[in-house]
Amino acid sequence: MAADTDSARAEGGLAPPRPLAEFWSYFVQNSGAVAGLAVFVLVAFLAIFADQLAPHPPHEQFRDHFLAPPFWQEGGSVTFLLGTDAVGRDILSRIIHGARYSLIIGVIVITLSLTVGIALGLVAGFMRGAVEICIMRAMDILLAMPSLLLAVVIVAILGPGLFNAMLAISVVYLPHLTRLTRAAAISELSKDYVTASRVSGAGMLRLMVVTVLPNCMAPLIVQATLSFSNAILDAAALGFLGMGAQPPTPEWGTMLAEAREFVLRAWWVVTFPGLAILVTVLALNLLGDGLRDALDPKLKR
Amino acid sequence: MLRFIVTRVGLVIPTFVGITLLAFAMIRLVPGDPIELLVGERGLDPERHAVLRAELGLDLPLLEQYWIYISSVVKGDLGKSIVTKKPVLEEFFTLFPATLELSFCALLFAVLAGLPAGIVAGVRRGSVFDHTVMGAALTGYSMPIFWWGLLLIILFAGILGWTPVSGRVSLLFFFEPVTGFMLIDSLLSGQDGAFASAVQHLILPTIVLGTIPLAVIARQTRSAILEVLNEDYVRTARAKGLAPHRVIGVHALRNALIPVVTVIGLQTGVLFSGAVLTETIFAWPGIGKWLIDSIARRDYPSVQGGILMIATTVILVNLFVDLIYGLINPRIRHRH
Repeated sequence: MAADTDSARAEGGLAPPRPLAEFWSYFVQNSGAVAGLAVFVLVAFLAIFADQLAPHPPHEQFRDHFLAPPFWQEGGSVTFLLGTDAVGRDILSRIIHGARYSLIIGVIVITLSLTVGIALGLVAGFMRGAVEICIMRAMDILLAMPSLLLAVVIVAILGPGLFNAMLAISVVYLPHLTRLTRAAAISELSKDYVTASRVSGAGMLRLMVVTVLPNCMAPLIVQATLSFSNAILDAAALGFLGMGAQPPTPEWGTMLAEAREFVLRAWWVVTFPGLAILVTVLALNLLGDGLRDALDPKLKR
Repeated sequence: MLRFIVTRVGLVIPTFVGITLLAFAMIRLVPGDPIELLVGERGLDPERHAVLRAELGLDLPLLEQYWIYISSVVKGDLGKSIVTKKPVLEEFFTLFPATLELSFCALLFAVLAGLPAGIVAGVRRGSVFDHTVMGAALTGYSMPIFWWGLLLIILFAGILGWTPVSGRVSLLFFFEPVTGFMLIDSLLSGQDGAFASAVQHLILPTIVLGTIPLAVIARQTRSAILEVLNEDYVRTARAKGLAPHRVIGVHALRNALIPVVTVIGLQTGVLFSGAVLTETIFAWPGIGKWLIDSIARRDYPSVQGGILMIATTVILVNLFVDLIYGLINPRIRHRH
């Protein structure tokens, strides 16, 4: 088989490129997406090796250095490159450790809402009738609530905290993923290969997971990437409102909440954590746009 | 057309019922005693507890409780705030104009800046202007707006001293609210400088709240223009020798704007979410801040009534946008 393809390629390059190679060749044409990927890899690197890379422990308070400015300003020092906060903690170290929280939040939220969303979407797509109506109506109700408000209300019920905030945000993204899965599943279900598989005796579960699901993945991957960035943004917003990670956790939104009262006195305690959020989210959005262009055949040039 | 309206309105009813179920369930899901949550008193003696339980109808079966709840909601009774003891609906309508004023200005800002930027970017595809606008739009879309607000405060209120930090109008002015809209009330008061002060207070919150809608509108307008420019009728218009501004302004724009109008309408939810953050940063006395304060004060009747009202507003605006869309685009109407 492999020899066949190789010989075909040697004869005139008529063989279709392998899917992954084709995807990559589209992806690298988009310089924004490549930049996004690079920044994301950097953030992941910082998160993984935070203990080794951060110049100071994130919770250590230097009592002689309250609100020290960044090193290039008068009164700053290279010991604290981006300055210190109101209780003398090194801001750079806290931002590096904060990368961990943001990535963990993104991964957990996406895993939760993707798993549940795919399951509900497949069930709705396969069952039709009453089950489908119940699921899709429930999703419509969730969609009628403005996203951050829904998350805020769920946290109000569960109580503030990082884990509850992640649960709340997962619920917020559930409707989008469920709808996408259902729509993709329904359009796949009418195709011949599904009928063939059904005729050869595949059970419902096998049809769902093995036959149909892999062919629905492209839009889901794109949506998951974009939801990843939104999850980081929403978790930071919840942290900022005092409903996500609690102080002294070095989560970026929580750091901003703690820094709020110093906004007119020490610009650096406010500026850098927010910049970290913006750069990470922007990178993920660029990556998501690139993935969409590379994965969506309709938009291919 | 009538059938389209009826089906579309009919779809709203189960969603509304679901929202009331959500609000109804919320107060019963919060850990702790619902009676203490609803009355706001802690450590009640058993006798008073029993009296209140009967008074609030919490000893009835759940289904009956829900029926009582939904009948009072339909009559406009959303309960009383634990903190102020005022009816929740009254509180909501006192604060709603502040949020409405801010959201309206933010949306106006987003449309006035986003539409032209998107149109020019689409027409001059690939130009420096296009790349700048799209880069800025993606940045705006990725912006943590609570941080953006703080940055603007540092720059315009702190360093430049051009705008105030928070509130709706300077404390130097005092007048009774007539409409609840500060821009109008300050004019009606006839006090010198009151209107200018209200405008100054409005600028930063408007920019902050308008940032994400602005980014969305610019991106959508650009892609709508690009799509339309490929259509046959645009090529025909060009082939007829029409001036470029007529081709763009008359033939392309009118069709490109249809999806954009929908996108603008669908920003209501985004605006409410943003209002929570914007109002918190600028101490803007509107619905968003009220809701967050109510949660912090454990004023659950207010939270319950507030989310019901907000969700209802979003549903109604979306319904309205859908109907308008059906009105201007017959293809949608006949699909139903």
